[in-house]
Amino acid sequence: MKRFFSLGRLGALLLKEFIQMRRDRITFAMMLGVPLMQLVLFGYAINNDPKYLPAALVTTSQDHYTRAMVSALELTDYYRFNHVVGSAAEAEALMESGAVAFIVTIPADFSRKVDRGEQAQILIEADATDPSVASGAISTLGTVASQALTRERGITPAEAEAGGGLDVVVHRRYNPEGLSQYNIVPGLLGVILQMTMVMMTSIALTREQERGTMENLLAMPASPLEIMLGKILPYFAVGAVQVAVVLTTAGLLFGIPFVGGMSLLLFAVFIFVMALVLLGYTISTIARTQMQAMQLTFFFFLPSILLSGFMFPFRGMPQWAQWIGETFPLTHFLRVIRAVMLKGADLPAVAFETGILALFILIYAAIALMRFRRTLD
Amino acid sequence: MQHAIDVHDLVKSFGDKTVVDHVSMTVDTGEIVGFLGPNGSGKTTTIRLMCGLLTADEGHGQVLGYDLRTEPLKIKREVGYMTQRFSFYEDLTIAENLAFVARLYHMKPANEHVDRTLEDLGLTTRRNQLAGTLSGGWKQRLALAACIMHKPRLLLLDEPTAGVDPKARRDFWDEIHRLAADGLTVLVSTHYMDEAERCHRISYISYGKMLASGTVAEVVRDAGLTTFVVEGPGLERMAREIEKLPGVEQVAPFGATLHVVGSDEQLLGAALEEIGSRPSVTVAHGETSLEDVFIQFMGDATDNMS
Ligand SMILES: Nc1ncnc2c1ncn2[C@@H]1O[C@H](COP(=O)(O)OP(=O)(O)OP(=O)(O)O)[C@@H](O)[C@H]1O
Ligand SMILES: [Mg+2]
Repeated sequence: MKRFFSLGRLGALLLKEFIQMRRDRITFAMMLGVPLMQLVLFGYAINNDPKYLPAALVTTSQDHYTRAMVSALELTDYYRFNHVVGSAAEAEALMESGAVAFIVTIPADFSRKVDRGEQAQILIEADATDPSVASGAISTLGTVASQALTRERGITPAEAEAGGGLDVVVHRRYNPEGLSQYNIVPGLLGVILQMTMVMMTSIALTREQERGTMENLLAMPASPLEIMLGKILPYFAVGAVQVAVVLTTAGLLFGIPFVGGMSLLLFAVFIFVMALVLLGYTISTIARTQMQAMQLTFFFFLPSILLSGFMFPFRGMPQWAQWIGETFPLTHFLRVIRAVMLKGADLPAVAFETGILALFILIYAAIALMRFRRTLD
Repeated sequence: MQHAIDVHDLVKSFGDKTVVDHVSMTVDTGEIVGFLGPNGSGKTTTIRLMCGLLTADEGHGQVLGYDLRTEPLKIKREVGYMTQRFSFYEDLTIAENLAFVARLYHMKPANEHVDRTLEDLGLTTRRNQLAGTLSGGWKQRLALAACIMHKPRLLLLDEPTAGVDPKARRDFWDEIHRLAADGLTVLVSTHYMDEAERCHRISYISYGKMLASGTVAEVVRDAGLTTFVVEGPGLERMAREIEKLPGVEQVAPFGATLHVVGSDEQLLGAALEEIGSRPSVTVAHGETSLEDVFIQFMGDATDNMS
């Protein structure tokens, strides 16, 4: 057994790698700085609850109910009615050009219906191409509108309940599924981990090759398994730190709910990170130079972001794209982490997807060990 | 007695270029063998083949009694290989590099081995200096110390003294001879003639082919060269004159003398008769040096570099 694996030799390799990591200040800073920066950048860019969105009001009458509702909506800070038009076609053109994000249509018979105590209707159309833009504004809308109406009619909320209330019809235009930001931030954890882990480990072997230290390492009695573990375990540890940083920050800055169990979450994350460092290591057995390793990493990175369900709803992609998507660890990780963080799924519920993640570990490790060149040929 | 190195007909090609061409070599235990040859002749490649860093296309043999093809891991454990280019970690300190090696070879306790090696090297005070900041010669000495540390039975040294000062070189060779007396076998590549002469035997490789092997005296004798030493005024002009004479193969200035070398003694003697008869010019038989022999080899070899 000592021939192929010895803790002593692995220890030597690990220690060496940690020392090198510590000396390489810039890389070390990147390992912690990059995830933080990305989380803050992406997180705010995507998650920010935008205010003062341009809106168009389609109305033919200028009665006091309409005015009350418009001012109530503007008071929420979400809407700014900078267009008041008389016809649906005009409003439509405004939305198509992107001049407004919302169209609020108040029908001509609105005040008549309210006065008669009948069920009145208003229509809100939201440009949901960027769903996070619309969601905050829409969610406040119903309550604000009916409160305003109630106040204006001078009746109590209870009376309003009894009589014909307000019916707010919401149409999400262009993107009916309406991804919410909660969907994205947990996904960001996966993307950030993938980016840094794969990139760091993909140069593990190529760096030794480029610096000429590979010749010496190969001449000494370290087995391929020991070299592999010696290279990936330090980055695994870095991954653990990153996870802690990202989760804490996500909780603090964005108030992402943690519905599911923390231990299950960490378990899934660690399996994912293990798959990632092995993927990186596999890349480094294929690439000849650090430059090639970087290029391979990005070659992998882009499609996995686009097709994993991070950017676009997975079910919305064509079948062939879904098949490609299934081959990325990120895809499966996103399913697990969204289920655990947002829906509070337990282990049996995510066992299948977690199992697939574990399968990636085996596949990558096997490829890496097979591809590893024990010689300089 | 068992041979430490016993390899036959090793062949290694890169693309369509045969870099090692049916090289055979036997080295006895405790022997110091010098490995010589011009740049690009395949010394490094041959050494890499023998420590399992490259796989031979053809050929077979044993190193330390282990089969070259099937037991490379066993060979690695008992061989110390010093690479031509410094290949320890420049971003690790001297002590950390040595500790890394000590642990990889399961030397316990690692710290003691490191301390002892540092002391032998005289680097104790600089143990915390980054290896990358050492001078070229000190890097060589560190690398050598690191590859002797685990007490290998065979040392493969690829130009270990390139850029090392004369005193350190002397120390290095003393050390090598001391270790060899205890049974360590050494194969050392070098471009220095004085180092070749310190070896028990030498092997000369040229463009992948082993041209000569034996003691220095044997190699010189087998080359069959005759050397005349010419002394007199106007050496520079005389050298150009002699170059054109029949039978002259090399003319090289050595201080106030010219060494004239050729493989046909009769022809060379006759050609130099007229020069020798000039006033205040003397022509005398000289010793053929190892360098003369090598220059001769290099001139003969067909260049396969292009
Ligand atoms: N990995 C490789 N791929 C292609 N060609 C190679 C490779 N390694 C060596 N060579 C070629 O093999 C030849 C022999 O190289 P080698 O390094 O063995 O020479 P050497 O005798 O050690 O030379 P030097 O005295 O300059 O160190 C050279 O022509 C070199 O270009
Ligand atoms: Mg060489």
